[in-house]
Amino acid sequence: MLVLVARRFGSMILVMLVVSMLTFLALEADPGNVATKVLGPYSTEQQRDIWMERNGYNDPLPERYLRWLGNFLQGDFGESTRFRTDVADVLWPRLGNTAILAVATMALVIPLSLVLGVLAGMREGSATDRTISVVSIFTTSIPEIASAPILTFIFVFLLGILPGTSSFQDGFSITQLILPTLVLVLYDFGYVTRMTRASMAEVMTTNYIRTATLKGLPYRRIIVKHALRNALIAPFTVVMLQINWLLSGVIVVELFFAYKGFGALLLEAALNQDIYVIEACAMIAVFVAVGTQALSDIGYTVLNPRIRFN
Amino acid sequence: MGRFRADWEGPVLECRDLSISYDTRAAQIPAVQDFNLVLNRNETIGLVGESGCGKSTVAMAIMRYMGKNGAITGGQVLYKGIDLATLTDAQLRALRGNEIAMVYQEPMASLNPAMKLDRQLMEVPIYHDGAGEEEARRRALDMLAKVKLPDPERVMASYPHQISGGQQQRVVIAMALLSQPSLLLLDEPTTALDVTVEAGIVELIAELAKQQETSMIYISHNLGLILETCDRINVMYSGQVVEEGRVADVFDRMRHPYTRGLFGAIPLPSADKTARPLRAIRGQLPLPHARPEGCYFGPRCDHFQAGRCDQGPIAMESVDPDSNQGARCLRWDEIDWARDEEGFTQAPHPTFGEEVLSVEAMKKYYTLSDGSLAAIIAGKQTRQIKANESITFLAREAETVAIVGESGCGKSTLAKVLLGLETATDGQVNFHGQDLGKTQVQRRKREDVKAMQMVFQNPFDTLNPSHTVGAQLGRVIRKFGGINDGDAVRRRVMQLLDIVKLPADFYYRRPRQLSGGQKQRVGIARAFAGNPTMVVADEPVSALDVSVAAAVTGLLMDIQRSYRTTLLFISHDLSLVRYLADRVVVMYLGHIVEQGTTEEIFSPPYHPYTEALLSAVPIADTSIEKKRIILEGSLPSVIDPPKGCAFHTRCHRKTEGLCDRETPPKIAAGPGHEILCHIPLEDLAAIEPVIVQKDKAAAARG
Amino acid sequence: MADAFSLPKRPSLAVRVFGPFLLLRESWVGMIGLSLVLFWVLVALFAPVLAPFPPNAPLMALQVPGADYPTAPSTLIDGVPAAEICAAIPGNAAQVDCGTFWLGTDLVGRDVLSRIIFGAQQVLIYAPLATFLAYLVGIPMGLWAGYSRGMADAVFSFISNVILSFPVLVLYVLILVTLPRSAAIIVAAVVFAAAPGIFRIVRGLAMDLRAREYVAAAETRGEPLWYILFMEILPNARGPLIVDAMLRLGYVIITIGTLAFIGLGMPPPDPDWGRMIAEGRTTINFMPHMALFPCLAISSLVLGFNLLADGLREVSLRD
Repeated sequence: MLVLVARRFGSMILVMLVVSMLTFLALEADPGNVATKVLGPYSTEQQRDIWMERNGYNDPLPERYLRWLGNFLQGDFGESTRFRTDVADVLWPRLGNTAILAVATMALVIPLSLVLGVLAGMREGSATDRTISVVSIFTTSIPEIASAPILTFIFVFLLGILPGTSSFQDGFSITQLILPTLVLVLYDFGYVTRMTRASMAEVMTTNYIRTATLKGLPYRRIIVKHALRNALIAPFTVVMLQINWLLSGVIVVELFFAYKGFGALLLEAALNQDIYVIEACAMIAVFVAVGTQALSDIGYTVLNPRIRFN
Repeated sequence: MGRFRADWEGPVLECRDLSISYDTRAAQIPAVQDFNLVLNRNETIGLVGESGCGKSTVAMAIMRYMGKNGAITGGQVLYKGIDLATLTDAQLRALRGNEIAMVYQEPMASLNPAMKLDRQLMEVPIYHDGAGEEEARRRALDMLAKVKLPDPERVMASYPHQISGGQQQRVVIAMALLSQPSLLLLDEPTTALDVTVEAGIVELIAELAKQQETSMIYISHNLGLILETCDRINVMYSGQVVEEGRVADVFDRMRHPYTRGLFGAIPLPSADKTARPLRAIRGQLPLPHARPEGCYFGPRCDHFQAGRCDQGPIAMESVDPDSNQGARCLRWDEIDWARDEEGFTQAPHPTFGEEVLSVEAMKKYYTLSDGSLAAIIAGKQTRQIKANESITFLAREAETVAIVGESGCGKSTLAKVLLGLETATDGQVNFHGQDLGKTQVQRRKREDVKAMQMVFQNPFDTLNPSHTVGAQLGRVIRKFGGINDGDAVRRRVMQLLDIVKLPADFYYRRPRQLSGGQKQRVGIARAFAGNPTMVVADEPVSALDVSVAAAVTGLLMDIQRSYRTTLLFISHDLSLVRYLADRVVVMYLGHIVEQGTTEEIFSPPYHPYTEALLSAVPIADTSIEKKRIILEGSLPSVIDPPKGCAFHTRCHRKTEGLCDRETPPKIAAGPGHEILCHIPLEDLAAIEPVIVQKDKAAAARG
Repeated sequence: MADAFSLPKRPSLAVRVFGPFLLLRESWVGMIGLSLVLFWVLVALFAPVLAPFPPNAPLMALQVPGADYPTAPSTLIDGVPAAEICAAIPGNAAQVDCGTFWLGTDLVGRDVLSRIIFGAQQVLIYAPLATFLAYLVGIPMGLWAGYSRGMADAVFSFISNVILSFPVLVLYVLILVTLPRSAAIIVAAVVFAAAPGIFRIVRGLAMDLRAREYVAAAETRGEPLWYILFMEILPNARGPLIVDAMLRLGYVIITIGTLAFIGLGMPPPDPDWGRMIAEGRTTINFMPHMALFPCLAISSLVLGFNLLADGLREVSLRD
């Protein structure tokens, strides 16, 4: 078990290293390019040379990478050209805002999709099952770029009960959180629901559920003690991997609702060639994604005795 | 609740004119028709029949567990006099697992993988008898001891995958018996297990049948097992019982042509490939929605009379009112049952030609990468699996050599090395005098590849579902035959289909349109497409029904005879091996423990493992007497094989201090007969034979 | 001798090719999906006939759905006199009322309906192209890795793990920020991001199928690697792969739309549903039609593919 955790974290670090190299190469392989982006397109050749000299950009690539990595690990991400301040100063508050959004979304998606998935999978082919399945196909077919306008149209334009932007200009507000969360939940829950349903339906057809039934156990116990324990192993990993998808959805939602989060920051940085912010955002996004993947793998092993004791 | 009386004296179970149907998208399919059965207290009835005959459906109907699309469409099931159709849901729960319990075919799949066994066992007394935790645990432990599981405490704390298949089945049996049911349903309880493990389970069931106040219904396709466990037998065919009676009566004086056909198709010790060949039942089992008018067996029956057997439903006729033997046949008292015994076409004894294959001291080790922390620290990265250890044997032209052993004995690895899917770690594999042991199949010359081909085990897997039969055979011919002209290839495919007795319109069929037996025939055609000199057949009929297996076996042997092919027949079925092999190689955990001619193997001196194997094989013949040898424990892992003699952990004749330390020597018991054992030859020769054929007449009298 | 073997008749080509598709009739979910997809395919094919106006012509800004487009016959629309355009509209006798903006116009005055119709062309060219190319990359790698295991598997698996560890949109942002933006680059980026997922699925299927006896049979007759991969294994993986392709196609449509929405999509001015939504966002509070109709368009097309996938899966599980 300990070996497994160690190995999983080892491979996680390896992936992170490769990702950091790729990111660095993509954005900083050409020092002249970096200088142009930092100093702007109207800087003179001379200005750029001085800047490169001063910031060590004439050193060989591996050396620059190692220095960059070292700084990065210490939380020094460089200076943002757009916000004219340390990247860290912009990044952390934005990340906090996104965390609020993510937590709110997951807090709704997990219970909703597990309950619906189990209900649907419990009796495959029943009316409940078919309704839930079709509804979840519908909602996963509406991408965030479509559901955001549609929900805004309904709740802001027609009903007028929710605010159309979520910039938190007058401080945190629950009502401003509702629409962005709803958009993310709508797109995400269908997928988890369908995975849960498939897993539950499969478990319900296994021989050990037949054994439990023919032992004369009450239906509730068959579901709760025999089926759920096996059926929820797969959805667990799906939920964890969902965080990776969520990070993509967050970019759209934050842009649409002018939500001051991490995704909007990445996008703003990308459109303005603010490379240090892009680097920091990309690395953190991948770190979160890889971290949850590792956790999901470890969790899968913990939940599944067949692997745990082998 | 409480509707079932503990002091009920009448029949435990009665099925009256029971009919069961399944709804499919196309139509309603009658799975079981007109099923009658009376099961008395302490009685064990066997339900026997080939796949699709409806025997498991009956068991599920008794449990009232038929899924959404299954239903009882006629008749009644009475348990202790109460019609099960009248039960409420609560009463049904009180019935299941309490009054009637069940043991299933695949123990691993029947147990919940994510739940420890203690919980799974304790549920039964807790839910049915309202027992407390303590009492439930105590009862579970007692029951585990009763089914002879070593170390019940450890078993209780285990997950299912942590114990062996045989132990899992014992747990399932214990679980079934925990509530002291009045009726136990056993649905092919040993089919998924190895023979020596099966023998232990069968013995346990037979013992329990005597001890407990439990009646049993034992469902099996294996007549030998029915003989060892049951009092009465119901033979089913195509959804109906065609013959019923006491086991001894039905076995010795069957009065239905199908029952007779079944016995003719199984390799009993009295069968012999030259003098008394197996007889397959011609034709196929009719599909449930396409059963013929009149007798369902009619189209396959040698005694069929048009105008009589194909008119209206046939009722069960009483053959012997005293023993309640009955047969669903209009002509049972017209048929001359004795005459049928004769009239076999005798085939000449084969003469063997020159040596085709000679394996010498062949070893195959797999390296298993071991990434555990302990192994890394100890500096050893890998462990070895010794799949084949010093294998030496030879096979001649036209000879059938059988490789026998249970799962994990290394017989499949041996086949892989011979065919070049793996390369030998050491030693030689001489094929027509040329060492191919280190040459992978892709590097072998086309002549060599074509000369050695294989017939595979699983009919559902052996043909590629995406290509037509013709295309698959055509590919082989192009690959081997040097024939490239389209018409010539097609003509050769037709010829091959004809050789394996399949009609020409199979050319454009896809595998899913073929039955299991037909697929195996195509598999045989594929192996013989390049006129090989040697064919390796890996359990070619083990997945087929008895009557089909006999036909496929016969076909394989006919083709072998006419082409004088060397046949390497890999099997776990000793009865079949005795029937068709000329020489036998017995393997255990990668070692050859004994080899010799078939007669030498089947009579003393034996290797103790051969002896145990022979004893474990169920034989459907009342005139056979067997010595009972039940091996202890389960097969050791090849990753961590025992020291000394590989068999010593389970051997009933082991010498402490010798067998567990020293590698046994090879004893020459005769020319070509070798035994790998510490026991002196004289002692081995003095062992009584395991299988003794009593005089048939004396048996009938006694 | 040769006459003894007469060849049986071969089933007709129509039966062999269309037989499997007939099965889909039995799934109403699948049929709805198929209808939606076919609807959009037809719309894309006949876009020039169906669209009432040229998609990029600025006609009248900010018209609500149903507003008429009155214009003088001599007015030039994209260099073509309005009269000609008007005459091409079936049943339009009055040459003055040139047509109706059934779905309104956008900020610049372009007809939303025409843009949606022409947008379908764009979606149905690039998304299937990118998906197809991703399979072209993912399938051989997955088959090879899953069948041969060993080094090929280790290397490919690691690469795909690295790519898959990026949240998709972050990956696109990184690619599209570094490289010049064009249709080819966007297709390439989609292939790059989608191929690892396909690789994983194919690898899993191949690992399962390599243990089949017909694969062993092919090995025992010394078949070359390509034959085993593409003739023995791949055909038997096609069921799950077709279902996956439908789902993935829907997802690629979403991705391309999303990229356009966040401003990293195909270069303007050709109509693109994602960019139309982005443009309509600013007016959503008083003229929602600009964003709403493209939303419905993209959702219905994705829904079509998802329902089709579900129907195919249902049918393929039946026998």
